[in-house]
Amino acid sequence: MPFLSHVKPGDYLTLLGGIAFTVWISFTVWSGGVADTALIRSGGKVFKEVPLSRDQQIEVPGPLGTSIITIEKRRARISSDPSPRQYCVRQGWIQQAGEIAICLPNEVSVELTGGAKKYDSLNY
Amino acid sequence: MTTIRLETSAEDHHIAKMAAVALGLTVLENAIPTPLPGVKPGLANIVTLIVLAHYGWRAAAWVSLLRVVAGSLLFGNFLAPGFFLSLSGALCSLAVLALSMHLPHRFFGAVTHSILAAFAHIAGQMAVVYLWLIPHAGIAYLIPIFATAALVFGTVNGLIAARFMDNGDNPDPEPQS
Repeated sequence: MPFLSHVKPGDYLTLLGGIAFTVWISFTVWSGGVADTALIRSGGKVFKEVPLSRDQQIEVPGPLGTSIITIEKRRARISSDPSPRQYCVRQGWIQQAGEIAICLPNEVSVELTGGAKKYDSLNY
Repeated sequence: MTTIRLETSAEDHHIAKMAAVALGLTVLENAIPTPLPGVKPGLANIVTLIVLAHYGWRAAAWVSLLRVVAGSLLFGNFLAPGFFLSLSGALCSLAVLALSMHLPHRFFGAVTHSILAAFAHIAGQMAVVYLWLIPHAGIAYLIPIFATAALVFGTVNGLIAARFMDNGDNPDPEPQS
């Protein structure tokens, strides 16, 4: 291999270090942390704060009608919504802290929060 | 009619030549479509690495910064956000190269320099993006993608640079100036 003959021992070390760093930062950044609470907002105000530990369905009233939020197996989703494009319903299950599903037309959102909330996705 | 003559040394000519090669590579890689803005092979850095090994850090800094400025003029984004991204990346890379070039040459070669510089490059860019362009912690989600790109392209560029240097165990030829 003409290429490998120019690689020095420390280079492999750097490469390994780089791989380790990349893997580490991927895990750090992409694992949003364990969520334990679903924060449900309606019209910008907190409608209800529910723990994820109990499976349940919550009906949230909005200007267009009623959105139904389902909590199941420590995950949450908006299972029914009167919004025309259904983005929040199609988003499906959310389960990591910091994740959020928003139905803009019906002004309903469900956000998962955990012990360590890493950032606020709404404040910018 | 008077002509203005700039006194140029052999080193100046050499830096200009190398910067021109780097520019050519920049233009070339701009023709390559990328999946995400900012993920680029950074082929011009091969030139920087070779210059660093043969002519020292000062020359490498000249080549790198000339490439950034002249490249931005070519693409018409001088003083635009893209220019500052390139600049911050280049400056961070050069800072890291200034340190890493003092690693023992016996064990660490161009691949090491390239990988470290690539990581420094994205770190500098992300810093500018976060502090100036998109002050939103959500860009953190992109870090693993950029880190992977830096790792891959840093390694490949380092291998290519090492291949071109081709001095076996003697990476310190006499500086030509």
